[in-house]
Amino acid sequence: MHELAIAQSLLKIVEEEALPYQGAKVTRVKLLIGRLSGVVPDALKFAFEVISQGGVAEGASLEIQEVPVRLRCHQCGEVFVVDNPFLTCPHCEGTGVEMVSGRELEITGMEIEDGNQGGQEHP
Amino acid sequence: MEIKVVKSILEANEVIASQNREVFSQKGVYVVNLMGSPGAGKTTLLERTIEYMKEKKRMAVIEGDIATSRDAERIAAHAIPTVQINTGGACHLDGNMVRGGLQELDFEQIDLLLVENVGNLVCPAEFRIGEDAKVMIISVTEGDDKALKYPLMFQVSSVLLLNKIDLLPHLDFDLERFRSDALKVNPHLAVLTISCKTGEGLDNWFRWLEEKVNKKATSWKR
Repeated sequence: MHELAIAQSLLKIVEEEALPYQGAKVTRVKLLIGRLSGVVPDALKFAFEVISQGGVAEGASLEIQEVPVRLRCHQCGEVFVVDNPFLTCPHCEGTGVEMVSGRELEITGMEIEDGNQGGQEHP
Repeated sequence: MEIKVVKSILEANEVIASQNREVFSQKGVYVVNLMGSPGAGKTTLLERTIEYMKEKKRMAVIEGDIATSRDAERIAAHAIPTVQINTGGACHLDGNMVRGGLQELDFEQIDLLLVENVGNLVCPAEFRIGEDAKVMIISVTEGDDKALKYPLMFQVSSVLLLNKIDLLPHLDFDLERFRSDALKVNPHLAVLTISCKTGEGLDNWFRWLEEKVNKKATSWKR
């Protein structure tokens, strides 16, 4: 349900980043979403689709890359991918583990329509 | 054309949460973000905590609810400063909503701020509000399998209060399984079993809280 709030934050970032391109349409937004972030990708896509209407990001597709949960064990030094939410080392059962990835909620890039920019150079 | 943007989507909230935290820290106020399902016993826990601690610590409460001020009225009856935040449909409190409520409180006169989040086991886990600790409360009637179903809430919390243990004789709740799942999901979680109705186990919670409040007050107050 909080996907709506997350979609709003995302839309704000996208519209701000698109500002220098003078109204050029955003066609694609790339995201990293960790498996343990608590965000349901389809719900986020739906929310974004609804709230982006009428703006530069209307119709933009969200390209979501899900990030697996990776843990590093401080005891045995192993880094491993887990498919459960247990923060325990599957090798030595140590509890001193650090989550290397899996909680991401990041935008990594976006694609903007070329043309109609008055020949201006942009970064 | 492709533009590179690398940003946390929740960056704006993180910034505001840090600002809130700075406000709390400057005044030595300890802040608890209390989360749990609707009906887990959040407001009752606050009432018990206020009753016990009111004479020892100067307390205030922020009540987050989707609608109504019922909980705030319950708390205000205990004669401590209470601020109601209605989220207007949102399923969680965020840094900005809490910031809006802060102006109504005089932090010179507060040692402990308890923030009751919206009843929900998922969404509040994702949004920092500037708290020192996230505390979750869950009741035995919700079932013993929640750690695996809602791992994020368990992972971000420092304390897990298992409430309504007076009902255990009537339920098939496997306390050992619950505890062991919770600790697998978050090995650093302090699991306390309580009953807000009978008062059982609450002394452990009060002790935990009091220690934290004292520590913060001495480390920050000039």
